[in-house]
Amino acid sequence: MWFHDHILSIVMFLPLAGALLMLFLPNENKTLIRWSANVIAFLGFLVSLPLVFWFDNSDGGFQFMESAEWIPSIGARYALGIDGISYLLIMLATLLGFIGVLCSWTYIENRVKEYYIFLLLLQTGMMGVFMSMDFFLFYVFWEVMLVPMYFLIGIWGGPRKLYAAIKFFLYTLSGSVLMLLGILAIYFWNHSVSGVWTFDIPTLSNLSMPLNLQLWLFAAFFVGFAIKVPMFPFHTWLPDAHVEAPTAGSVILAGVLLKMGTYGFLRFSLPMLPDAARDSRVMTAMVTLSLIGIVYGALVSLMQKDWKKLVAYSSVSHMGFITLGIFVLNPNGITGSIIQQINHGISTGALFLLVGIIYERRHTREIAEFGGLSHIMPVYATMFLIVAMSSLGLPTLNGFIGEFVILQGAFEANRTWAAIGTLGIVLGAAYLLWLYQRTMFGTLDNPKNKELKDVNFREAVTLIPLIIWAFWIGLYPKPFFDVLEKPVQRIVRRVRPDYYAGGVYTPPPPAAPEAAEEAGGGAPAEQ
Amino acid sequence: MLNEYFSSVDLLVLKPAILLTLFAIGVLLTDLMLEPEQKYLNAVMALAGVGFAAYSLGPWPLGLQHQMGMAGVDALEAFRGAVIVDSFGIYFMWLFLIAAALSILISIRYLEIEGENRGEYYAIMLMATVGMIFLAIGMDLITLFMGLELMVISIYILTGYLRRDRRSNEAALKYLLLGAFSSGILLYGMSLLYGLSGSTDLRIIASSISQRPAGDPLVLIAVITICGGLFFKIGAVPFHQWLPDAYEGAPHCVTAFMSVGPKAASFAFLIRMFLVPLASVRDVWLPLVIGVAIATMTIGNLAAITQTNVKRMLGYSAISHAGYMLLGIISGNENGLKGIVIYLMVYTFMNLGAMAVIVAMRRKDIIGDEIDDFAGLIYKSPTAAVLMLIFLLSLAGIPPTAGFIGKYFIFLSLIETGHYGLAVVAVLYVAVSLYYYFQIVTSMFTREATDNVAPAMAPGIRLALGISLAMTLFIGLYPDPIINIAGNTVASILR
Repeated sequence: MWFHDHILSIVMFLPLAGALLMLFLPNENKTLIRWSANVIAFLGFLVSLPLVFWFDNSDGGFQFMESAEWIPSIGARYALGIDGISYLLIMLATLLGFIGVLCSWTYIENRVKEYYIFLLLLQTGMMGVFMSMDFFLFYVFWEVMLVPMYFLIGIWGGPRKLYAAIKFFLYTLSGSVLMLLGILAIYFWNHSVSGVWTFDIPTLSNLSMPLNLQLWLFAAFFVGFAIKVPMFPFHTWLPDAHVEAPTAGSVILAGVLLKMGTYGFLRFSLPMLPDAARDSRVMTAMVTLSLIGIVYGALVSLMQKDWKKLVAYSSVSHMGFITLGIFVLNPNGITGSIIQQINHGISTGALFLLVGIIYERRHTREIAEFGGLSHIMPVYATMFLIVAMSSLGLPTLNGFIGEFVILQGAFEANRTWAAIGTLGIVLGAAYLLWLYQRTMFGTLDNPKNKELKDVNFREAVTLIPLIIWAFWIGLYPKPFFDVLEKPVQRIVRRVRPDYYAGGVYTPPPPAAPEAAEEAGGGAPAEQ
Repeated sequence: MLNEYFSSVDLLVLKPAILLTLFAIGVLLTDLMLEPEQKYLNAVMALAGVGFAAYSLGPWPLGLQHQMGMAGVDALEAFRGAVIVDSFGIYFMWLFLIAAALSILISIRYLEIEGENRGEYYAIMLMATVGMIFLAIGMDLITLFMGLELMVISIYILTGYLRRDRRSNEAALKYLLLGAFSSGILLYGMSLLYGLSGSTDLRIIASSISQRPAGDPLVLIAVITICGGLFFKIGAVPFHQWLPDAYEGAPHCVTAFMSVGPKAASFAFLIRMFLVPLASVRDVWLPLVIGVAIATMTIGNLAAITQTNVKRMLGYSAISHAGYMLLGIISGNENGLKGIVIYLMVYTFMNLGAMAVIVAMRRKDIIGDEIDDFAGLIYKSPTAAVLMLIFLLSLAGIPPTAGFIGKYFIFLSLIETGHYGLAVVAVLYVAVSLYYYFQIVTSMFTREATDNVAPAMAPGIRLALGISLAMTLFIGLYPDPIINIAGNTVASILR
């Protein structure tokens, strides 16, 4: 079926096509523009839904593959495909993309048309990153995405928007150009081994390279991905970008864009550079940075006076969990980290929506300005409670599942790491509950807050799907684990060829060329 | 008797140059007969000249080469080897003709506004193009030097074309003095090469140089002086000081022309010199070029940050682009050279596009080249703002614009040849360059307009912008054709 065979292209290009159509709408008719943008974004979500029914959990390889010649002279192809990891992230991105458009209805008053066009362009860029099966294509989308995000922050952002926007752009760009060098080096290495110029991701994921080269490439990729995640100490762009961005920008930035870094680690760093990832020095460094991120992010969150900044720093902490899960290099850690990526998209996305709702009413985010909101905004307070609980990892909600499985993985690798991670959860509970106490409880003594309206229907529509999803993962996470089982196995087999063979894993000595050879020969058979 | 000296091949090879010269003279003659309001016909005449010259090259992109290929020859030599037309030469001739045509298109309206709408402007531009052609096809020191001087003297005149504008005069004088000096240095190096080999033919020079003992001081001096002259022409550090002044002071449309045509011609000349006569002494000039390339990227990018004048900023950015292209010389392999020729073609479109927007900003009483002049352009002319954005993204090298493809090959060649450190420096300067290009973008998209005079989009500018935009996007999204053409081009000079 044509639609089945090209579903990825359709999901990807529908927002772009919509953005191009919107160019022809009259500038003055804001209602028409808003309706069209919402319809396009909703269609974008709808066309991604068939993936849910068609996705085959038992297939460990890439599905819905599309492949066409693009630049034959350098071997770059237009190749798309998804596995369980990208499938979940795509569903998250299409949902958040729609929510992002919907939540901007009243928030954006100026230059409405441009705003929605940039938002839709961003959507296409994100889809491209998660779907690309060609490294060159991936890089193109990775960079393309920066431009609309720059404008979303730079035009519709807060008081320091220009600083935040250019900082975001420059940080990410510096990382990604270094990543480009890594891509070119791996491309060149593949050619010198096989004589073929190709950017095909599955092919490049089966190379065996000398450890020394792998370490250099790992460093190059690391800079690109770690800035995007962001890992400590590359996180300084994040609070600025989040605080200044409009609500939809923050939701998408936290919900989807940050996942591109962790997705990059899972898709490229681990399978392409398994010996480097396994190297004990690298592993220690990665885990240490993750743990610092967890604790540091949480401590800084505790100190924040600005509501949105608090949520922003909590992202640093949560993303620390995700990278911790990735770099403990066992199935539990990696599965947990992917679940947690979805969770973070849900919880932090919802938190930013909630902050946006209050900011639209009061035009301030000073925590001290608020208090006792639960008396006047009961629905808001309830939703906020659920979302905060989901973020801090209360059982029956999604955050618990992700963090628990990550800590299981961490425990399996090293008990101290798990202990420090748990400290992060405790601190997470502290800053979120304290925030809740300061804003929702107490007496409603600030006269400016006395007239605040509770969430309206449209705002509830943006939040409810996320809350439902949070409960779903919290109560019945099995479908998600099923989706991830095969792709995670593939990654673990590649990084630790002997993991499934010999029970307890012992790290091999730093240089183990034979192991790499085995992995190079063994992996294709599994796909 | 005459047949001993000339053959029909000689004329075939020189067809484009001859046609351009005839039309240059033609413009001068018809100019006398035109009423002031008909002066745009000069531009039409000049464009016709460019068109005929292009037609004589055969169908795009490799018409003449294709004809030669059918006759079983790779290159046509003429005038006893003084000029040689191979795919390299044909590629660059196309590039010069495109640059000239686009520059003429954006000049029409600008000259009307300045009230300097005279025929000699176009005549001189065509003569400069003739000079550039000889730089690309010359195989003889004398031919090359004649071509170079024809080109630069024409550009000196064009720089100072606005006689009543002090900035224009100052720029022309600075450029002339420094340019003449550098030509002298270059000529000194050439005389040494002649002394060492007894010939002005590049291939004979190449074989005698390769027989000299290693570390010969005469060769060293020749290399250094020639490098000095060449670096001046492409605006590489430390011979770059003239460039920002000349770019800022020259009329907008001349800045546009000189930033692409003569730059590409100088690079063609530089590639020829480095790959033919100086190929055997690569060890001598390589460290020199590496140092110059790093310095060029550094100074170009860092100095551009503080500029408030867009033309001056693009001047410094032109310096940094020259640094990037030098990296292709450093790797010196197929991909590196491919990178340079693609970069030059791409640069022609994106830089001319950006300059065309600046030209459109020139309105009555508004010079339009300060960053502040771009404030709020998105409100006044959304098209111009978006076009400028795309050209600037391309200049910075963000995919999927054409600029990325040029940089891609340069970076790939550096990785191939193991210049990892250089590659890291080069990619990081991409981020720096984005910072200053985005000062313009920020001004256009986020600031309030200070006046409400929309840019003057004359038909010529529209056409030039349309072509530049189409090519910038086309090469970026589907670079395969240009990569193949570049592959052909490079093959002919690596042969």
